Amino acid sequence: MSIYLKMIWAYLKIGIFGFGGGYAMLSLVERSVVGPGWISEQMFTDIVAISQMTPGPIGINSATYIGYVAPGQVTGGELASPIWGILGSILCTLAVTVPSFILVIKASHFIRKHNESGVIKAIFAGLRPVVVGLIASAAIMLMNWANFAPDHDQRTLICSIAICAVSFCLVYFKLPYKGKKIGLHPILVICIMGLAGFLLYY
Amino acid sequence: MGIYGQLFTTFMKIGAFTFGGGWAMISIIEKEIVDKHHWIERDEFLDLLAIAQSLPGILAVNIATSIGDRLKGMKGGIVAAVGTILPSFLIILAIAIFLTPETIKNSHVLSSIFMGIRPAVVALIIAPVITTAKAAKLKLTTIWIPAVAALVISLDMGIVSNPITWIALGALGGYLHWEYSRRKLSKS
Repeated sequence: MSIYLKMIWAYLKIGIFGFGGGYAMLSLVERSVVGPGWISEQMFTDIVAISQMTPGPIGINSATYIGYVAPGQVTGGELASPIWGILGSILCTLAVTVPSFILVIKASHFIRKHNESGVIKAIFAGLRPVVVGLIASAAIMLMNWANFAPDHDQRTLICSIAICAVSFCLVYFKLPYKGKKIGLHPILVICIMGLAGFLLYY
Repeated sequence: MGIYGQLFTTFMKIGAFTFGGGWAMISIIEKEIVDKHHWIERDEFLDLLAIAQSLPGILAVNIATSIGDRLKGMKGGIVAAVGTILPSFLIILAIAIFLTPETIKNSHVLSSIFMGIRPAVVALIIAPVITTAKAAKLKLTTIWIPAVAALVISLDMGIVSNPITWIALGALGGYLHWEYSRRKLSKS
């Protein structure tokens, strides 16, 4: 039972303090769910990948997935019934959305009135550089042995660094195509690198 | 179909067909709400967006809630929010049921595919670091803030590494800077 209360508490915190969008939330999610051992480092990265490939916001996707998987991981292995996982995913998804739902309903009048005021603007100006740091911290935290070379093999590590560098270039730099500049969609990059992984390691 | 039904199906469509969350969703929401259904004017949409953006939580859900709330009060907000969440909730639930951590570990094909995907995911997160850093117009006097924050958070040193601590510090810093410049202004 207590795992559900802990998960609700964790996702309430993510919902309340998750400023700056999906990527900025990731370090908070990582700290809250990998820290207590609900899921592994690798599984967390896999969830981010799955979230990228499926529709919908990453915050919802991670809450739903982790809510389903965590109760089974804590009791060690398989769930007695998928009902317990479904219950977990409903609770986590609600916990991450309800705080901001209440804020939107109750506080939007207040913010609309004071949005032009100096204080509110100054607070958000202070948050902006922190959000950059939050996203960067998520990237740094995911750069670890579990994600780059779980077998601690040198060849795997070199391949992984190459995959990371090429993926970055594909997403970040716009390629000229028929007179227009286009960036590759993240989903396409994930698919390409999944294929690369299959060819390299299978 | 009543307005609630329309709200629900419109936001469900948005939730089901937009990949990549937040910003990708905004332009589609704008098209549906402002251009197609004419539920609100563009100016008001931008106002609602500014507020949804400044609140914590999931941007797409925030904007859905505020549009639903603006049209039909709290009930409208609930209908729009649930519509946005439902498709991705059901899709991910289905994936979670069939693709458990054990399934990946036990399948040689899946684990080799994910070994290629994981470093790519890291790259997908590095890219927005640079784009948001550019958008935040960091100067020499402020660029140390994200650098120190990122370093300390990733080192895992208890409370000082908690992202919530840094969010609070950022808000406090913004406030103090404003208070300081206001006092300096009133003295001169």
